[in-house]
Amino acid sequence: MKKIIHYITIGSFLFLMNAGCNKSVKGRTDNLAPLNPQNIDLNAGTWKTVLLTRPDTFAVTAPAAINSTAYVAELNEIKGYQKNLTGDQEARIRYWAAGGVLRWNELMRELVAKYNLPPYQNADGTYPIPSAANPFAYPLFPFANPPYAARAYAYISAAQYDALVACWYYKKLYNRPAPYKTDNTVISKASQTDLPSYPSEAAVLAGVTAEMMKLLFPTEIAFIQAKATEQETATIMAGAATRSDIVAGEALGRQVAQVFIARARTDNAGKAVGTPADWSNLETTATAKGETPWYSLEVPKRPPMLPLFGKVTPFLFDTATVSALRPPAPPSTSSAQMKQETEEIHELITNPARENIRIVQFWADGVGTYTPPGHWDAIAAADFINKNFSEVRWARDMALLNMSLMDAAIVCWNTKFFYFNPRPTQMNPAIKTLTGIPNFPAYISGHSTFSGAAAAILGYIVPERANAYTAMAQEASFSRMAGGIHYRSDCAIGLQVGTNIGNYAITRAKNDGADK
Amino acid sequence: MCRACPYVHARIAVNMPQQVSCGIILITINKTTPMERCFIRKRLFVLALLLITGNLLLAQTDQDAIMMSKHNFCTGLMYGHSNWDHYWEGTFKRDNLNLGTVSTNSYAVMGNYGITDHLNFLFGVPYIQTKASAGTLHGQKGIQDLSVWLKWLAAEKTFGKHDLSLYLLGGFSTPLSNYTADFLPMSIGLHSTTFSGRLMLDYQHGGFFATGSATYIYRNDITIDRTAYYTTTQVQSNKVDMPDMAAFSLRTGYRSHPLIAEAVVTNMQTLGGFDIRKNDMPFPSNKMNATTVGINGKYEIAKIDGLSLTGGANYVMAGRNVGQATSYNLGVFYIIAFHPKKEHSNQKPSHDTSK
Repeated sequence: MKKIIHYITIGSFLFLMNAGCNKSVKGRTDNLAPLNPQNIDLNAGTWKTVLLTRPDTFAVTAPAAINSTAYVAELNEIKGYQKNLTGDQEARIRYWAAGGVLRWNELMRELVAKYNLPPYQNADGTYPIPSAANPFAYPLFPFANPPYAARAYAYISAAQYDALVACWYYKKLYNRPAPYKTDNTVISKASQTDLPSYPSEAAVLAGVTAEMMKLLFPTEIAFIQAKATEQETATIMAGAATRSDIVAGEALGRQVAQVFIARARTDNAGKAVGTPADWSNLETTATAKGETPWYSLEVPKRPPMLPLFGKVTPFLFDTATVSALRPPAPPSTSSAQMKQETEEIHELITNPARENIRIVQFWADGVGTYTPPGHWDAIAAADFINKNFSEVRWARDMALLNMSLMDAAIVCWNTKFFYFNPRPTQMNPAIKTLTGIPNFPAYISGHSTFSGAAAAILGYIVPERANAYTAMAQEASFSRMAGGIHYRSDCAIGLQVGTNIGNYAITRAKNDGADK
Repeated sequence: MCRACPYVHARIAVNMPQQVSCGIILITINKTTPMERCFIRKRLFVLALLLITGNLLLAQTDQDAIMMSKHNFCTGLMYGHSNWDHYWEGTFKRDNLNLGTVSTNSYAVMGNYGITDHLNFLFGVPYIQTKASAGTLHGQKGIQDLSVWLKWLAAEKTFGKHDLSLYLLGGFSTPLSNYTADFLPMSIGLHSTTFSGRLMLDYQHGGFFATGSATYIYRNDITIDRTAYYTTTQVQSNKVDMPDMAAFSLRTGYRSHPLIAEAVVTNMQTLGGFDIRKNDMPFPSNKMNATTVGINGKYEIAKIDGLSLTGGANYVMAGRNVGQATSYNLGVFYIIAFHPKKEHSNQKPSHDTSK
């Protein structure tokens, strides 16, 4: 009898154990269908570019005729691949067929997360600064913090957009059909469209992105180059482009990138770290105004994050407009309002509700993450997937979003270091936080500025989601109060400033020719 | 006598020929020795592997070779404290002035019921609080995970004065509250539902004993509040794949009445997972490994039948992605016999019959 009890009890236990097992983590874009654009945007070659003066600034020679020996040989290359595709090659084809702009944006987010690590201190309590000249030494270059990331996303997106506009210009000009149209024995493993294949948009994306990355993530050139080759090969294997489509596209992409790299080298980002003299100057200026200056709450004290990033040249407006967009001063550190706002945060954080912790964690986007701009890119990408945009429209919409986010970073940083005001915990050390305290002044909230800008431009691009974006922006903004790291003024004004910046992107979008 | 419980005459059912236990330590006392009663120790539910989180209470207790006799229920409270000011980021050992000392206090309710003399059911529920002495991170608190175990004395053999026993255990743990796992090192736990299997072998000769055990812990995915995170690659999901774990322990000491004392070495290995990078934040699916040494003791209060006190101390000698914790625990346990009449009359008398 005892034995039976043993067996029954142990048996049921094992059964319950088995029934409850759960291991099945999948990325939400792991198994997307091939991108099948609702509109191939054949006239995108006329859309307004960001930096290129003309879509044909860089010449692309006319392709060989489809009845030429050279072209037939290229078709044979495709057929050769298609005869013996491995499972892994099929998987690579499916991966890239979901959309090149999407995949490169995901790869960018991954690199930002990988490089978003603040340097560890030296033995003497100072901090090493990552060096673009010596990127493999610790601390690795770059430290992909929010301003750095915002700028990187913007340059990549804007360069991809200009390169694709040029690409579409030549596609229409030369009008060479895709291999699956010219030869019915070529199998199309992606979506079939009427879009001409010369030059290949996939190769344009591979070329322009790989070239930009040399500047932005120099230690990842080998990784990026492997991805670029993988995308190009997958496109050939998919029957979507021939070798000459690819070669012409990659060359065009790399040339367009040079225009953006030249701008990036002179946009003042290289000087954003500042010098010890700059850092102490900020403190002196705030003190002279009678305000309590910000100081780092890290131990040992860390120099502020990119204090001169506010001087970087924006994409959507000129430098003078940055000052014009800067909001009026926050409540004085000695004012009753500041005291009251500090107390409000203290109360919020004293016994945080689980829902508030969720909101803080959801939007934290701190160390080791793709940062708030990356988070908004992820939100946008999820919606763009459902919109079935063409590659060039994907690039245009991502460029609008990321230029807004970079310019939001510029205006926000400009404001933070203009006023240099302290975090709530500096005003009241009893304020413990539900996420790390960012190492820069409070006013205005970066999350709020980013989110205001993103919600505005995304609401224009995907109008049916406009209310949802606004609600998300408000939650992102509130998360910084709930986390104990921002006052209400930082968040409310930040949202407003962000919205103003997003409106510049909307004005651009209405006039770039894509929505006609 | 049990003065606290009017209905139970504390003639606890004790006297199993060879072992009675409450908890986890199997006390295979020599058959000729009077029985021990309630042995719960800290290891019960509180294998304080103070992970970098400060306080992962790995519910893999019961590494002890002691059984509770049929229809006896041993229950008690345990207080645990641990703290660390150094931790390992991967293999890099460091301190962090933005954390200072991370400390964890836990208050656990535990119990062990004898379904039969050879099959016990154990459970534990801790309430946990964390705190950092420096920096600004907000402490966390809450009810953590329910742990339950089935413990089966599968075989026992005596060779003269040498006793050898084999135990098989199955464990299950699941979060009882919606605490966040993704705020390490302040989180109170990792929020994974786990299933464990353990093989344990106990040898006893006179009062001397040695117990070895090996445990496999299957861990379910967890859900976090973020929708993407970086491990060694970017994952676009709010689900986190938790690598399984293995744990080994070896304990040896002396069992006598009214005191039991032992020394313990444990080793915990995460079967997969990744290292915290320099100056990165910890993450629930990190590769958390630790080798711990400790001592434990249990003392029976002579004046109150069924009442015992336990205590222990542990120190992490080596680790990876965990805090180098020092931990202490204190517990008080009491045995209730639900069916005193069912005691076997032929059992050897327990020590308290002499009272």
